[in-house]
Amino acid sequence: MLEIGLSHYLSVAAILFTLGIFGIFLNRKNVIIILMSIELILLAVNINLVSFSVFLHDLAGQVFAMLVLTVAAAEAAIGLAIIVVYFRNRGTIAVEDINLMKG
Amino acid sequence: MIVQALVFYLFSAVAVGAAVMVISARNPVHSVLFLILAFFNAAGLFVLIGAEFIAMILVVVYVGAVAVLFLFVVMMLDIGFVEMRQGFLQYLPIGGFVGIVLLVELLAITGGWLSAPQISGSRAFPTPSPDQITNTDALGRILYTDYIYLFQGAGMVLLVAMVGAIVLTLRARTGGRKQRVSDQIDRRREDTIQIRKIQPGSGV
Repeated sequence: MLEIGLSHYLSVAAILFTLGIFGIFLNRKNVIIILMSIELILLAVNINLVSFSVFLHDLAGQVFAMLVLTVAAAEAAIGLAIIVVYFRNRGTIAVEDINLMKG
Repeated sequence: MIVQALVFYLFSAVAVGAAVMVISARNPVHSVLFLILAFFNAAGLFVLIGAEFIAMILVVVYVGAVAVLFLFVVMMLDIGFVEMRQGFLQYLPIGGFVGIVLLVELLAITGGWLSAPQISGSRAFPTPSPDQITNTDALGRILYTDYIYLFQGAGMVLLVAMVGAIVLTLRARTGGRKQRVSDQIDRRREDTIQIRKIQPGSGV
């Protein structure tokens, strides 16, 4: 219990990942919270990559964690830009109103 | 060793608690602030595990850029966030079911994780000893040499994201006062100046 190993870090990452999924289910109407949940999921992925990298003594995992970070930043920027444009056009960001394409 | 364990439990407990508050806070501004707290504690976990550079990048990129971007957007949009929470309880059972199933499965996998003993032979880039070379130095040595194409690709992703965000949100304003350089250069002396002889005491 007091010896912190790989499974401790993996468990924290698993809990954060599950909370991210749960947040997407729970906040079905608020697309901003959904984006934040996606950030939580990516954070859990990063914790996984870094802890494997450290406990297996292989630096490649930390490089991949940096790339995941880059993609997360790009995704947040584009997602928030889309939200801003959508709000400007329609005056709402409720997810169930986003049905212009009738998909 | 016991200090390390206590610090680990502190950081992870605060991170998980902050994540719970992110998805359940009533006010989205509070959600963003709890997201920042979760990122800070994850950075603390990274420092504890010995990945300082990723930890600092996490603070700079997530807390400094992404979370502040979220904060700007949440505060800029004038949305009734109270109505948006209707249906919160409606999705609670199915979401809780999926979440618990997922969590049990993930914990069953990760709880008893054991690495094969021959894994040490298949390392791509073995971590150098921390007393010879720092984590940042070691990362830089492989990031700018072996992973240079991925590094350039990441830069391209950021460039495309930046251009995309600007193109999406740019609004051409009409009726603004703009400088027209060609008109300024095309002005001739005859168009703009009139020379008149004025008799003293008569006015123009």
